[in-house]
Amino acid sequence: MDDEPIELIIDGIQVSAVHDATILEVAKQYGIYIPTLCDLEGLTSFSGCRLCLVEIRGSPKLYPACTTPVTSGMEIITNSEKLKEYRKICLSLLLSERTHVCSVCIANNNCELQDLSNKLGVDHVSFERNWTKHTIDSGHDFLVIDRNRCILCTRCIRVCQEIEGAHTLDLKNRGKDSQITIDFDALWGDSCSCTACRKCAKVCPTGAIYIEDELISKTKDKNVVSFLLKRRMYK
Amino acid sequence: MRVKKFILADIQKIAETEVDFQRAYKYRINVCCSSGCIPLGALNLLKTFEKLIKEQDVAEECLVARTGCVGTCSAGPVVVVESGGYIYQNVTPEKAKKIVIDHIVLGLPVKSLLYESKVFLKKQHRLVLRNAGKIDPYRIEDYIATGGYSALVKCLTRKSPQEVIDEIRISGLRGRGGAGFPTARKWSFVARDHRSPKYIIANLDEGDPGVFANRTLAEADPHALIEGLLIAGYAIGAEKAFIYTRAEYPLAIDILEKAIKKSEELNILGKNVLGTTLNFDVELRLGAGAFVAGEETAIIASVEGRRAMPRPRPPYPATSGLWGKPTVIQNVETLANIPLIIQNGGTWFSKIGTPKCTGTKCFSLTGKINNPGLIEVPMGIPLREVIFDIGRGIPDNRKLKAALIGGPSGGCLPDILLDSSIDYESLETVGAIMGSGGIVVIDDQSCIIDTAKFFIDFCVSESCGKCTPCRVGLLKIKEILEKIIQGNGRIEDVELLSKLSTFISETSLCGLGQTAPNPVLTTLRYFKKEYLEHLYENFCTANKCFKKKEILRIG
Amino acid sequence: MSENKKPTLAIIWFSGCSGCHMSFLDIDEVLMELAKKVQLVYSPLIDVKDFPNQVMITLIEGAVTNEEQLSMLKRVRAGTDILVALGDCAVTGNVAALRNAEIDGDFAVLKRAYVDTSYHNPQIPKGVPKLLKRVYPLHEKTTVDYYVPGCPPTSDNILYVLTELLAGRAPQMEKISKFG
Ligand SMILES: Cc1cc2nc3c(=O)[nH]c(=O)nc-3n(C[C@H](O)[C@H](O)[C@H](O)COP(=O)(O)O)c2cc1C
Ligand code: SF4
Ligand code: SF4
Ligand code: SF4
Ligand code: FES
Repeated sequence: MDDEPIELIIDGIQVSAVHDATILEVAKQYGIYIPTLCDLEGLTSFSGCRLCLVEIRGSPKLYPACTTPVTSGMEIITNSEKLKEYRKICLSLLLSERTHVCSVCIANNNCELQDLSNKLGVDHVSFERNWTKHTIDSGHDFLVIDRNRCILCTRCIRVCQEIEGAHTLDLKNRGKDSQITIDFDALWGDSCSCTACRKCAKVCPTGAIYIEDELISKTKDKNVVSFLLKRRMYK
Repeated sequence: MRVKKFILADIQKIAETEVDFQRAYKYRINVCCSSGCIPLGALNLLKTFEKLIKEQDVAEECLVARTGCVGTCSAGPVVVVESGGYIYQNVTPEKAKKIVIDHIVLGLPVKSLLYESKVFLKKQHRLVLRNAGKIDPYRIEDYIATGGYSALVKCLTRKSPQEVIDEIRISGLRGRGGAGFPTARKWSFVARDHRSPKYIIANLDEGDPGVFANRTLAEADPHALIEGLLIAGYAIGAEKAFIYTRAEYPLAIDILEKAIKKSEELNILGKNVLGTTLNFDVELRLGAGAFVAGEETAIIASVEGRRAMPRPRPPYPATSGLWGKPTVIQNVETLANIPLIIQNGGTWFSKIGTPKCTGTKCFSLTGKINNPGLIEVPMGIPLREVIFDIGRGIPDNRKLKAALIGGPSGGCLPDILLDSSIDYESLETVGAIMGSGGIVVIDDQSCIIDTAKFFIDFCVSESCGKCTPCRVGLLKIKEILEKIIQGNGRIEDVELLSKLSTFISETSLCGLGQTAPNPVLTTLRYFKKEYLEHLYENFCTANKCFKKKEILRIG
Repeated sequence: MSENKKPTLAIIWFSGCSGCHMSFLDIDEVLMELAKKVQLVYSPLIDVKDFPNQVMITLIEGAVTNEEQLSMLKRVRAGTDILVALGDCAVTGNVAALRNAEIDGDFAVLKRAYVDTSYHNPQIPKGVPKLLKRVYPLHEKTTVDYYVPGCPPTSDNILYVLTELLAGRAPQMEKISKFG
């Protein structure tokens, strides 16, 4: 029974999906765009950014597309006026949480937060911005983390743990004080677990982790995860 | 030496022996030694009483026992003399001497030291707190003598697991941890699942500030919790339970540890419980104490040894809980109701409270109130009775401004709504929640915006930081409220606050974010006038705000 | 059509780098077309003392950093129909607002500029407009009607917004509003 395809509707389009697929996966297959930030193909889902929320007809709640599995007969709406408004608020909150001055940011023009703001029409942020002074660690030979631009999507943590297997990066503190931490609160240059594989810099959606003296457009490579996973399967 | 293996019939024997033992005494002095009274010198008092009855030569007819909380915490240290239930308040060693001489030796209760308790106790309905302040939590025999573990015996001898679930269904019991989900339905999901092992987690995290009902319960009557777990395990087919609590509850931990150990000795826990085929273990797990760690998926993460961060549901713990296995997570108060329901029947229970909301609920009464403390009332009681009858109203004859019900993410209800009944549905209609049962009374000396900010502050510092709406959105709400309080608010802020609050409740991942804006939403709903007075007239009825004004905005 | 019947346009420059003005000028030959349609009543290039009344569109470049700008903003808002925040400094605070990370940011920048880096006669000058404690984007101090982010905004965007506004339509910024 589990092998039978599931029939459902996304934005009025009749689609079919395999068992256990998430709404996001199915939408992608059919070329239906749902914005995401924390999600990255190949890594476990985190469901923190809340950009991918969609409506399901008959339910007053909103559902994260990146983790909600499809069920048969579901009717999904991905682009209602409310969702558009909410995504803008979400991006505005991220932009106002820490110091995002794109004009002087290393990731300018190569940043997913910036791109999405553009794409979804965030032309200003109505909340007062926080101008943060979180620590920047540039002690490593070439890896740099500027926590003032981190949006806490945890992609770096997940890629480090799940793909590289090093688990150098993790979260410390909670709430607004959450920070990416290296080993047990070490400086990156002193880390004994970091293999300097650069994957964190490749998948970081913003200018928070980057490689010194390298063009950011060259560093960023979201597909590295699915590429590696595919290679490993072929073994 | 062969270790004695206790069997079902032994429970009855223990009960009889203990009842006989207790009957030999004419008086029993119960000294409350819970987390509330210990800092006030309760342990010393216990020793004093023990010494006094020897000195006065009444040790033969008077038993001195340490017990859990009586509920009248503001009057601590509290001592209860049985029989008759004489509650003595603010007892000191000198007063202790008077009590022993007058009450025990001469048989004359000391009127001047008695706690004025008529309404406080009369309007209450103490079911889960039935033993609180009456039995010694360190002595399993005391619990058994009051009928403890007889419900377990009844299940093991006369009820199939399905019948147990049916009994709970008839009772109408709903989860006391906040959401009010029907307990029987939760159990059926897991009972139907044929995978094993299955797990149960007793949720004793209780992270709400000013709420201490679950802790009190565990400190006063640990075996009721263990018995509830055993019955739940029997019903759903689980052999392992975790009690998840916080390291900040040292007394509860100590009491629970000893209770578990004692139950194991009596063969009530472990392999072949009381000689039957049931196997059941209980393990204590300590968290570092975060509000969010009480959320069910966060508990799972924490028990598994990871950071206590919620994850999206589905999958629900019933299908994928601890280590991916079917898991029931239940509040401690919910579990303590179970033995009672089995003993007295689901129908009996369903007649207490309201038809949709059966039974009782514990509340921690705090804030500007004459009689703060822990109470247990039937569901459906009007809030006004709780505050003005049981709580004896506001000190200094001041006016009540609002009552916040449901903990830090509850709703601020104005005086005109105090007649609404306390049950899940009524509270939801007015914008409040049951939460874990905190009632904070706010008088007219407080500014409502300042009050809302206080609770938002709590949620800002307790947010786990996983999702954007809760982590950043609440911070922005806090900043806007701060600006209004300083006198730098903008007229649009009211609109912005309400939009942002709705956004946060609809988009946050877990219950913390989903409910955290409630104080703002309800104050905007019921106290909008105060917001507008702050913004348009720079006026604060409580005269608290505008201490840090900046250049005014223009245009 | 006589000169004064044409819609009026004003451009002002607060704390920004003038890059937005350059980008505006980068509209190049189309500027001539634009000039036919509007009357420029106030700009850094026009010698008028006071900000006029009843201006249809005012573009403001730059963040609000001192008291003079704050009162000017008040004057502009009162005399303008449609107020447009032009560029990241006006929309977000941008580089100027980086000093907000310091508690005494106003003093810190003055000290840095006039004392720490000065060899001759280091002192904080008197008589210049008093800096505000914080740097603000326009909308934190007044009502802004439209936002054209970018550092600088492209001349295409500026032209698009002006064309739409002159045609009486609301510009749609989706997909073209890029910060930075
Ligand atoms: C932020 C948050 C904190 C919670 N804290 C507690 C708690 O301290 N104790 C508790 O029993 N339930 C708490 N809950 C509710 C639990 O997630 C869960 O619903 C409950 O333990 C289920 O048991 P019940 O059905 O017996 O109520 C909390 C929920 C959230 C969202
Ligand atoms: S990280 Fe992205 S959004 Fe943030 S300043 Fe850099 S480019 Fe802008
Ligand atoms: S450093 Fe980058 S990848 Fe890591 S959490 Fe922050 S924004 Fe995400
Ligand atoms: S709502 Fe708050 S506490 Fe819950 S997951 Fe999101 S950030 Fe964490
Ligand atoms: S992509 Fe789904 S929550 Fe971030």
